[in-house]
Formats: sequence, C-alpha cells, structure tokens
Amino acid sequence: MTTQSVAPPSYFHHEDEILRGYDPNVIRGLLAFIHPYQREFWLSFLLMILGSVGAVAGPYLVKVALDSGIEQGSVSALRNAALWYLAAALLQWAATYYRLLVMARAGQSIIYDMRASLFGHLQRLSMGFFSRFSVGRLIARVISDVTSIRNFVTWAVIAIARSFFTLIGVMAAMLALDLKLSLYTFAVLPLIILATMVFRNKVRDIYRRVRAGNSWVNSVLAENINGVRVVQAFSRQGYNYRRFSGETNKYLLDNNLQAARSISLFFPTIDFLGTLAISLVVWLGGAAVLGAQVTPGVLVAFVLYIERFFQPIQDLSRRFDQFQATMIAGERILELLHTEVETGDAPGAVELPRIRGEVLFEHVSFHYSDDPSTPVLEEVDLSVRPGQTIALVGETGAGKSTLIKLLSRFHDPTDGRVLIDGVDIRTVTQASLRRQMGIVLQEPFLFGGSVYENIHFGNLDASAEDVQAAARAVGAHDFIMNLRQGYQSPVEEGGALLSVGQRQLISFARALLADPRILILDEATSSVDTQTELLIQKALARLLEGRTSFVIAHRLSTIVKSDLILVMNQGRIVERGRHSDLLKQGGLYYNLYSMGFQERIVDKYDE
Amino acid sequence: MKHLRKILPLIRPYRAQVVVAVLLLAAVTSMQLVIPGIIRDVIDRGLVQRELHALGVSALVILGIGALRAITAALQRYTTEWTSTRVAYDLRNRLFNHIQHLSFSYHDRAQTGQLVSRCIEDVGSVQAFLGFGAIELLQAFFMTVGALALMFLTDARLAIIASLPVIPLVIQTSAFGIRASGMFYAVDNALGKLSSTLQENVTGVQVVRAFAREPHEIGRFDSANRELFDARVHVIDEWAKVMPTSAFLVSLSTILILWVGGRMAMEGTLSVGQVVAFNGYLLLLAAPVQELVWLVNTAGEAAAGLQRAFEVLDSPPSVRSPAMPVSTGNLTGRVEFRDVSFGYEGEEEPALQQINFIAQPNQVIGLIGPTGAGKTTLVSLIPRFYDVTAGSVLLDGVDVRALDLTLLRQQIGIVLQTSLLFSASIRENIALGVPDASEERIIVAARAAQAHDFILRTPEAYATVVGERGITLSGGQRQRVAIARALLIDPRILILDDATSSVDTETEHRIQNALAGLMKGRTTFIIAQRIASVRHADLILVIDKGRILERGRHADLLAQKGLYREINDLQLAQHAEFKTELSRLAPAGDD
Repeated sequence: MTTQSVAPPSYFHHEDEILRGYDPNVIRGLLAFIHPYQREFWLSFLLMILGSVGAVAGPYLVKVALDSGIEQGSVSALRNAALWYLAAALLQWAATYYRLLVMARAGQSIIYDMRASLFGHLQRLSMGFFSRFSVGRLIARVISDVTSIRNFVTWAVIAIARSFFTLIGVMAAMLALDLKLSLYTFAVLPLIILATMVFRNKVRDIYRRVRAGNSWVNSVLAENINGVRVVQAFSRQGYNYRRFSGETNKYLLDNNLQAARSISLFFPTIDFLGTLAISLVVWLGGAAVLGAQVTPGVLVAFVLYIERFFQPIQDLSRRFDQFQATMIAGERILELLHTEVETGDAPGAVELPRIRGEVLFEHVSFHYSDDPSTPVLEEVDLSVRPGQTIALVGETGAGKSTLIKLLSRFHDPTDGRVLIDGVDIRTVTQASLRRQMGIVLQEPFLFGGSVYENIHFGNLDASAEDVQAAARAVGAHDFIMNLRQGYQSPVEEGGALLSVGQRQLISFARALLADPRILILDEATSSVDTQTELLIQKALARLLEGRTSFVIAHRLSTIVKSDLILVMNQGRIVERGRHSDLLKQGGLYYNLYSMGFQERIVDKYDE
Repeated sequence: MKHLRKILPLIRPYRAQVVVAVLLLAAVTSMQLVIPGIIRDVIDRGLVQRELHALGVSALVILGIGALRAITAALQRYTTEWTSTRVAYDLRNRLFNHIQHLSFSYHDRAQTGQLVSRCIEDVGSVQAFLGFGAIELLQAFFMTVGALALMFLTDARLAIIASLPVIPLVIQTSAFGIRASGMFYAVDNALGKLSSTLQENVTGVQVVRAFAREPHEIGRFDSANRELFDARVHVIDEWAKVMPTSAFLVSLSTILILWVGGRMAMEGTLSVGQVVAFNGYLLLLAAPVQELVWLVNTAGEAAAGLQRAFEVLDSPPSVRSPAMPVSTGNLTGRVEFRDVSFGYEGEEEPALQQINFIAQPNQVIGLIGPTGAGKTTLVSLIPRFYDVTAGSVLLDGVDVRALDLTLLRQQIGIVLQTSLLFSASIRENIALGVPDASEERIIVAARAAQAHDFILRTPEAYATVVGERGITLSGGQRQRVAIARALLIDPRILILDDATSSVDTETEHRIQNALAGLMKGRTTFIIAQRIASVRHADLILVIDKGRILERGRHADLLAQKGLYREINDLQLAQHAEFKTELSRLAPAGDD
C-alpha cells in the first residue's frame, strides 16, 4: 500500500542504538540508586506476594463453592467458601494498597535522587562538555530518560515480579487441582512463546524507526517554527509543507502503520491461544468429568485460571519493551553521570585567599582533547600587574576567548600554567577562584525572573540598596525605573523585553555587584545607537576601574585606553604593547587598525 | 471535555473506516459475551446431564468463535489504528502548514517549544484517544449493556444483587478519571518548571560558572524537583485508594454471586451452569469498567490537546494574500509610503506614525536613528511581515495588500543583523528561495557574496551541513551565506537591516565590498548605525520615536543641524581623532 518513504538522516537513529539488551553495568548502576530504598523494596515485594496469594485463591474458592457447597448441598461449606473468598479479597486489597504507597513513593524518591545527582553533576562539568552537548540533548537526558526509568522503577519492577509470581501461583494451583488438565493448558505455552518472539523481533526495528521518525518530525518542526520569519521572507511555506508531509511526517506515518499491523496481529493471536486452551480443557476435561476423574468445580476453576494465566504472559511480553527502553535510558543517564569532571577541584585544593589580581601565564599551550593536532594556544607568556586593563585583539579564532577561558578555568592548559597572585589556579577550589572573578559575556545572558533578580545574581548577599547602587553606577537605573514594574519587571525568555544595550547594562551591573578582583569582558560587537554607545562606554570605564581586567575588545575607545594590548594570531601573542607603540611597529595591529577598526568610523568612500 | 467534539471533522474523511471499526467492535464484543453461555451449557448439559457430544460441540464452538473473534479483533484493531494514525498525520500536516502561514505578529508572541508540543504531544494525545481510548470506551459501553442484559435475562434478582458493587465501581473510577486530569495537570506543570529551570541553567552555564552560583542553582532545581515529587506522590496516593478498591468490588460481586446464586442453585431455581455463567458475565463487564480510570483520563487529555491544537488552527493569519490579486508586469521597484501608521498588537504606543516618502526605482534609501526608533518595523511593512494600521505602502503604485503575497515577497531580498541558517547543506541554505536553482547560479551568488572561497574550504564544500548537526560558521560567514541567499532570488528590492554590525571588523570590510555590487540596479533600503554606511544614499530618513524626524541627502541633513548632524559630529569627532593619530604614527613608506 505504501511506497517506502524517504528515511531521516542517520543521526536520528544513533541515540537508541547503543544497546541491544541486558547490560549488567547498567543494571548495577541503576541498582545503586535503588540501594537506599531496599527496605521499602523488600517490604513491597512481600506485600506483592501476599496480594498474589489473594488473587490465585479466587478460582480455587469458586471450585470449593461449587463442589463442596452446591453439589453437596452444604450451605455451611458454601458460606465458608464465600467468607474465605472475602478474606482473600480483603488481603489482596490491603496488600495492594500498601504496596502502592510504599513502592511508588520509594520509586519517586529514586527518581528525585537521580535528577538531583544529574543536575548536581552538570554543575561540576567543564565548559568543554557543554560545547559538545546541545541543550536539547541534556534536557532529554534529565527529563525524558529519567521519566522512562521512573515508569520502570515505580511500576514495572513490581509488575514484572507480580506477573511472574502470579504465573507461578496459577501454574501451581492448576497442577494441584489436576495434573492432566494442567498439561493440556501448558501445551499452548510454546506457541505463545513462539508468537511473542516473532512479534518482538518484528516490532523492535519498527519501533526504532518510529522513534527516529518522531525525533525527525520534532527537529524539522522546531527548526521551521524557529526560522518561520526567514521561511516567510523567502516564501518557502509551500515547499516546506510538501517536504514535511511527503517525507518527514510520511516516514512517521508509514512506520506507525507498520507497527499497527504487527500489534493488530499479535494481541488477537495470544487471545486465540487462550481460547484454544479453554476449548482443550472443555473437551478433554469435560470427558474426564464424565469419567468422574474431575469435578465440575475443577473445570470451572480451570477456565478461570486460564484467564489469569494469560494475563501475566501478555503483561510480561509488553514489559519487555519497557525493560529495553529502560536499559537504553539507563545507559545514557549513567554515561552522563560518569562523564569525568575535566576541570574539577584537585584533591586537597585550598581556598584562594582574597587576591590582588596579579596574573601570570607561563608557557601556556592548549588544544582540545578530541583534536590534539590543532593547537588553539601556543606558548603564551604573559604577566599582568594588579589593576591593569588588558585588551585582546585579533581575528575570530585567534585564541582570544580560549585565553580567558583558561584564566577562569573553564578549561585547563594542556601545557604550562596559569598563576594568580603566584598561585597555580589548579591548586585552588574553583568556587573560591570564580567568586573573585567577574565575567561579562558578549551576548549578555539574563535568566527568567525580574531585573532585580538578574542583578542580584552577582552577589546573593547584597541588599536592595546595593543592587540599586550597582545599577546607578553603570547608568542602568534610569531605564529600569522607566520599565512598567521597575526593578521587579520580568525579563522574558532570552530577555526579549529589553534591548541589546539594556541587557548589556544589566549584565554590567551584575558584574559590578559581584565586585570581582579580576574582570573578564567579551565586548559585544552588535551595534547600538550613539547615545546608548556613550552610556556603555561610561559604564565600562566604571566597571574596569581598580581591577585587573581582560577585555576582548572591539571598541577602539576601550583598546586605546588599555594598559596593554595583546595582538593574537593563530594561538600566539604576536604583538604586545600600548596603542601608540603598536601603531609605530606597523605590524598586524597597524593593519587591523587601519583597515578594520577605523572602518567603523571612517567613510570608506572617503579615500 | 466539550472540545472532544472537534474530533468529528478530523475523522470525517474516514467515516467508512470508523463505521467498519465500530461494527467489528460490536462483533468482537458479542462473541466474547457468547462464551459464558457456552460454559453454562458445558456444565448443565455436558456435565450434569452427561451429554458427551454436547461437550465436543461446545469445545468446537468455543474454538470456532475464538478463531473468528481473533480475526475480527485483528481487523478491528488495524482499522482503528490505521484511522488514528491517519488522523494524526493529517492533523500534524495541518498544524505545520498553518503555523508556517501564521503572521509575524503571531510568532512574536508564541514560543517555539509551545508550538512544537502542539504538533507532537497534543496530536499524540488525540491519536492515543482515537486508537485506544475511544474504542475501549465504546467497548466498555457495549460490554456493560450486553452483560447486564444477559444477566437480567438469566435472573433479574441475582443480576441486581451482583451488579450492586458495580455501581460504586463505576462512580469511583470515573470520578478518579475526572480528578486525575487536574492531578496530571499539576504534574505536567511541575515537569515544565523543572525542565525550564534546567534549560536556563544549561543555556546560561557560563554565567552560572562565572559567578560561582552552582549552589544557588542546585537549590532552585531542588525546589522544582521537590514540587514534581509532591505532585507525583499525590497522584499515587489517590491511585492507591482507587485501584485496589476496584479489584475488591469485583471480588465482592463474585462472592455475592457464589453466595446468593449458590443458594438458588441448591434450591433449584438456578442451574450450576447459570451461576458460573453469571460470574463470567461479571468478569467480562468488570475488565473494561476498571479501565475507565485511564479511559476518562485519555479522553480528558485528548480534549485538552484538541483545544490547544485548535487554538492554533483557529487563529487566522492576519496577513493573507488577496483573493483577487492585482497582476503587475515586471516591477520597477518604486516604493511609496503614504501616511503610514503602525502599532504592534497589544501595545499602546504606535511604532510608526505618519510615514510618507517615495523611493524611486534603483535608489538607495538610508535609515538611521536610535535603537527602537522603528527602522526595522518600517522596512518590515514592505514585504508585508506586518500590515499597516493606517495609510498604505505602495509598490509601483499598487497597494502591497493588493498584490499576491508570494509574488511580492519573491521581489524582496532581506539580510538581517544576525542571520538564521537551517541545519541543511550550505547549498540548500543558499537556495532557500529558489529550491531548484542550478549549481551554477548558486555559485555565482556565493561568489558575489564573497562566500565562495570559504565554502570551498569547508569539508564538503557546498554539501557541508551547517547548524546544530553540522559545522558552525562564524558570524561573518553566516552573513555572507545570507547575502548569497538574498542575491539568488534576484530581488527588485533589497533590504539590509544592519547586516554587518555583528561581525568582526575585517569580515565587515569584505561584506561591505560584496554589498556594494549587490545593490546595483535594485531599490535598496539600508538600516545603519553609522553615518558612513548611509551618507551616499539618495535619500536618508532619520527616524526617531516612530516618526521621520529629518529627511534628505547627506549634505542637506548636515545643514539642518538636527539629530543627524549630532550623530555625525559625535562619530566625526572620533574619526578625526583617529585620522590625526594615524597620520602621525603611520610609518613612512607604507601604502
């Protein structure tokens, strides 16, 4: 009916192909999370067995009621059977109720712990990690993967055990009632196992494609909605729609339909095998009743048991998929948890005392661990006195941002060392180091919440007055007061409510409030109008005052005023000095200056 | 729940399949209801009256019905799944298409994540309801009616007694199902909070690290995590009350049947087979009723999903192509703004007021003014990203609202301050506006945009995939791809919205050169912060607070001594400072 559709790009398949089945390491890793709750676990296990006893007793008591009660005309036997049935039902009720309370709570606690330790671990991972892992993938790990484990821990573990025990109990009860009838019933077991295996093999690949199709649909959607303005500007709606409905969505449809075909065959097949067992029991068992080897009650009990015999089997085969999904999710979570903290605190790291702000780079080189053949920084030597302003200049990719990342220990140098006040920064705790450093990024990042909270983030001990003072100092107070709710105005997702210039001023205020000894500033390149520009320049001067500062500079005013300019090229400092000296050298700086910086102001039609 | 009605138009194209599925379901249900009757005959005629052949017949009938039921059930299941999958496919297509056509004003307020979840989660809940929930609900209904009827036919008194516990069962499960939607809402909410806390933390990881705020962030995450825990535990506590009680009530019915029915059997008013059959009916009835919890919940989720999906589908695109567009020949590119005012939806202050100007074909129009003055808004009105609130924008003398929207936009090339590329090959990104463009044309455009050389240096040249799943281009490289993309459609009108401000200085130099060539023979609008970028324009508009404050050529504006002059002087002061410094310091013999 369907022609084979266009397949999604291969990377949509990767994530869940890691694992094919049971992996003892993953089990062990997950068990470590269950360990603190083993008491609850065993308790619910016990309760589960009690509950199963209640469930298995039912058909037997029906048999007693029929054979000893009704057949024999004994009211008291009938009453006793009914009372026992009531007792069994109450036992099942109580056991199930408490098991749900105990186990599900423990399960939720496990999930809570798991998310907390994932998040805690993320807080320690190096920046290199975050450049490799996209935000979306991390969220999928902490949210979706943990959720699929939740299903497993809270329901499936017990459900599997319950199915298993019910199955054992039912089989035992059947065998006790009548050996021959039991064997007739069990005769269909191999058929069920066969059907289940065929089905499982069939759907595993289909489900994998369905999952890939889902992520494909998801990513196409996200991209085209995110870029909808460009889509409309280039009138791509029709083309996009044809591709979405004809390829992406179609792929999902085709595989969903394939899955539907298999499922539609599987469950009725299992159902039919149940019916086959019942008719066997009726035919052969009935004949046995007539031969008086079997009582009518036994026959009825068997029919009831067969129902309860097939339910756990169906359940188990369904759980198996869940089990697999859990293994995959578990592996991914453990992979994240076991990701090494590349720039962790060294054992015995000490608190960095209050610093003066002297910075020393000694023969510092750096390359990324996954690309050792491409040096990003080579043999950098640098000595900065407290309070100096250093301007870093050079093309994109020259190594400017890497240099400051090493200073703030987002990465560790592969060779050489970085010293602050004479102390190798790898020997001190990161928290004590970063508390004394301020970083202002090119794209000012504001958190959801109010303007106040965003500035306050710089120093959580600061009072409301301090926050205002910082805002005043960078010239942000006036526009903040003009916002509808002043300092309490919410900053929307990504700071949409505020202009670029305003966001910068807020991030300046945040850095000023933190009052760092060393300030790192990645100057924004995006243009703002002339008034805002002046405001920012003033704020910058205020921010740099009295602290050692490293500025990735784009503003000529910043560069000219700095104490030392480092001109970087291909991971090396190729020129250093003050503005006038560097211009005199007539080297790279002169070229950048005459062609680049001045281009911003000097009319290019001028010459 | 009333939103569930909206599912009807979605399944209308599949009426035949739905009717077939319901008929098949009725058949499956009746075949299930036949079984207890056969068991009754097995006991009463086969075992009690010792008719051996009755046993054989019964066994064969059970087997035959079983086989028939399996086939019918398989067909029913597949028909249902097929229909629900198709409906989901259609709905997802519709949403995607509609979202693509919704205007900028809609997208300004919408969040990508929300819209994606309309197409994934909400469509998913509709699919789950159609493929599983609706059918099971129907089956519960068929089964209840059928089983009760058969029980009453057998013995009315016993039927009433046996179904007594079923009443609280139905009430409690449906009540839970209804309450559950509120509880699951709380869970969804908490989960949403948790994931946005996480997202923010990961996106802002550098800031968190820079300010050593990890403990604070862990605290924030913990409170969201705790809230989720509480919400889930609340669901479990409620569920723990309902689930075991349901099973208990079913057992209670069985006990009543055994006790009361057993007594009747002893008195001879009922046969043993009838007692057993009674229990069989009860079990058939109880199974779907116990599922009611989930079914009501599924229906609730589908209703909520439909409501949200239709909120999107029912919001009309505010900018639409006219039914009878005015046809124009080749456009010359004359643009006129006539008394144009514009205000963004939901904002009191108008963004533009009383804008009047004419751009003659092939002229360069410069726009300058403070951030937020309305420059970008003004140019957005030309390709109808927004429609004017008052006045009109005319292209070659025709109101843009009278032109075919696609034809209009195909005449206009835009390069923004930061350009969004799709995760696709560079070739596809350049060919965005002309998907079937030839390789030669793409290369010509890339060359003109000064992009060809760096593209050749990427691993697979034009086939290199960029974006999240591919390589990362620098800001300057992205801009040049965007310029090539605009150039490829060979637009009559070109809009450059601060196109070079977010790239480093050397790249800017290259891009400026590319742009100069690109502007020839087109009507061009340049938005800039620097006087230098606009001073040679044929018309410069100085925009402030949504109005044209000053207009004219560079020299006229300087003479006016207004805002333009002010900006110019500020920039010139720096310029002069550097020029003198440069000439003082420049080594002799250079250049």
